[in-house]
Amino acid sequence: MHFNRKDLLGINELDVSEIEYLLDLSRSFKEINERSIKKVPTLRGKTIIHLFYEPSTRTRTSFDIAAKRLSADTYSITASTSSIVKGETVLDTLKNLEAMKPDVFVIRHSASGAPWMLAGRTTASVINAGDGMHEHPSQALLDMLTILDNKKSLRGLNVLIVGDIYHSRVARSNIWGLTKMGANVVVCGPATLIPPNIDSMGAQVSHRLDQCIPEADVIMVLRLQKERQQQMLLPSLREYSAWYGMNGERLKRAKKDVLIMHPGPINRGVEISPEVADGPCSVILDQVTNGVAVRMALLFVLGQR
Amino acid sequence: MKPNENPANLILRNGRVIDPARGFDAVASVLIENGKVVEVGANIEIGTERRREFEQIDAGDKWIVPGLIDMHVHLREPGEEYKETISSGTRAAVAGGFTSVACMPNTHPVNDCAAVTQFILKKAADEGVCRVFPVAAISKGLEGRNLSEFGDLRAAGAAAVSDDGRPVEGSLLMRRALEYAKTFDLPVISHCEDLGLSAGGLMNEGRVSTRLGLRGIPRAAEEVMAARDILLAELTGARVHLAHISTAGSVALIREAKKRGIPVTAETAPHYFTLDEELLSTFDPVYKVNPPLRAREDIEAVKAGLRDGTIDVIASDHAPHSTVEKDLEFEYAANGMIGLESSLPLILRLVSDGVLSPAEAIAKVTQNPARILSIPFGALSKGAPADLTLIDPRVKYTIDARKFASKSRNCPFDGMEVQGRAVMTIVDGRVVFTAAD
Repeated sequence: MHFNRKDLLGINELDVSEIEYLLDLSRSFKEINERSIKKVPTLRGKTIIHLFYEPSTRTRTSFDIAAKRLSADTYSITASTSSIVKGETVLDTLKNLEAMKPDVFVIRHSASGAPWMLAGRTTASVINAGDGMHEHPSQALLDMLTILDNKKSLRGLNVLIVGDIYHSRVARSNIWGLTKMGANVVVCGPATLIPPNIDSMGAQVSHRLDQCIPEADVIMVLRLQKERQQQMLLPSLREYSAWYGMNGERLKRAKKDVLIMHPGPINRGVEISPEVADGPCSVILDQVTNGVAVRMALLFVLGQR
Repeated sequence: MKPNENPANLILRNGRVIDPARGFDAVASVLIENGKVVEVGANIEIGTERRREFEQIDAGDKWIVPGLIDMHVHLREPGEEYKETISSGTRAAVAGGFTSVACMPNTHPVNDCAAVTQFILKKAADEGVCRVFPVAAISKGLEGRNLSEFGDLRAAGAAAVSDDGRPVEGSLLMRRALEYAKTFDLPVISHCEDLGLSAGGLMNEGRVSTRLGLRGIPRAAEEVMAARDILLAELTGARVHLAHISTAGSVALIREAKKRGIPVTAETAPHYFTLDEELLSTFDPVYKVNPPLRAREDIEAVKAGLRDGTIDVIASDHAPHSTVEKDLEFEYAANGMIGLESSLPLILRLVSDGVLSPAEAIAKVTQNPARILSIPFGALSKGAPADLTLIDPRVKYTIDARKFASKSRNCPFDGMEVQGRAVMTIVDGRVVFTAAD
């Protein structure tokens, strides 16, 4: 066993052997998802609560499917359907739910660090399903798994992350994960969307997408939230798209075997054009498929604790 | 603090008397009669027939200093008595060695009219145990639109004006406040923050904010306003006091302004020369404060500013909050930390680290704030009301917030090993605090 933690909170705190172990384990769960009866009894009798303080379709569904395929009992609580809207603090909510003896909390929260605070206050395991602009560890793991389905190794691979790095937990978790595994990471976007001192996390910075594309083995395109215009970060979506949108013209200058990735949800025509998103280099839906396997692996290691 | 009807006769014997205002630093005794300082000297003789009237206190190995002044605290009364009251806050003050505090106006209601100032002074007289100097609001309701009535507030007992907790955003309003305050000799205390630059910010902007995914507050948010206020002080000739300075850039701006003779003074808080932003890695809201904890290089610059006199004052910015405001997600937790009962040992650490001499350190919490506020305290002058603090500079202990007199517990120094504390606090000739061993 290479994983002895109570919680899975972030990629930054994992070492290489832990990441490798989780990726290997995820690979072993992929096969279950291809069966006609997609269920194993591994977590029978275990209770998993999805506590989501931020809207999510993909991640919550993915965790829920993963838990059910392991035969766990699952409950979902979202910001709009629980006492959260009545003004109960997150700690009170956690304590009340804990009193019902769950084994694992899967927590998404718009405030960076919230899963760390909650993990310290419960004896149940906590999985971070995304906190603010900080970490999204299951996404980074499924991204690495998807790359490894197509490339021999992460070591020496050039990964380009394009877009709103500043607000992206996906970018942060991937920078930590990929650099730990030996990949070279370049982040690219307008200077308003690159956080200060990102180089201290191990990524190189570029503002010229066209110069970065030919070198890249993997291009991860990030979602651009439309409200960034109002925050004076961008003059217009049109200009963003012209300089940083991933389109067919740009793809022509990329390596033949480049992988195009996107954590979703996609803004078609803004950060990625339909021909790229749906084209032969795109592994965007493979990422979604792998997400279930990765989340089964995480629930397995923590749920069996 | 009630009028002293039974003023004590006391002799503090053979302590190291440090009185920066008079340039005095020697082993001596202090004679207090009828609540007033009568004599400070090496050989104080009182006739054998009168000896019985005086309580003798052996101050050997201790420092005897003018009563400490904290010119930046939040007492929360009126309005948020569950966090702190004038009673509990002044008890925290004297436990920390402070005999005078200046309390900021962001109460509910805001201290922007004579009635609230009078309420605070009445409460302090009835229930407080140290001197309280209300700081009134610059703008009505702290809304940054119209000036509050400085003349009325001064007459009611306000010691200064400030919109602390928020900046005066409009440069014209700040100009007018500085000019109008001159009319009434009221110091203007500025909370330097450009709200546009700090918007949504949760911690110092830089390497650590990027790593933690917490929105950053750039140093420039403080420095832009510090620069503006310095220029407005130059324009108007009015004194401006810059509160809770936290960045190397602000220290440089103030140093330069002083060199040019602009009437600016500045203060910092113990957390800005003791704690750095790396502590936020725990996401513990006890470290959330505005301005935010900065980087090591800022801490060094603040210390250098204290050493060369660029920063005149150390004040705690004592900001009590209950668990209702603090035991939350970092993003939603309130800014602020309490400091009255942890300030002195952290100031003394500057002495043991060689940043300040004992006299320089004591001046930052006695002579200098008294000068800025124009209050007749902060010195052991003959005939002055006897406000004194007896300090044991050697005692080592662990700060334990559970034992604080403050009603709140949001102290980032809880559990820290420190050296030095107030062992006796005397206000107006009355012993109001004695340390339990």
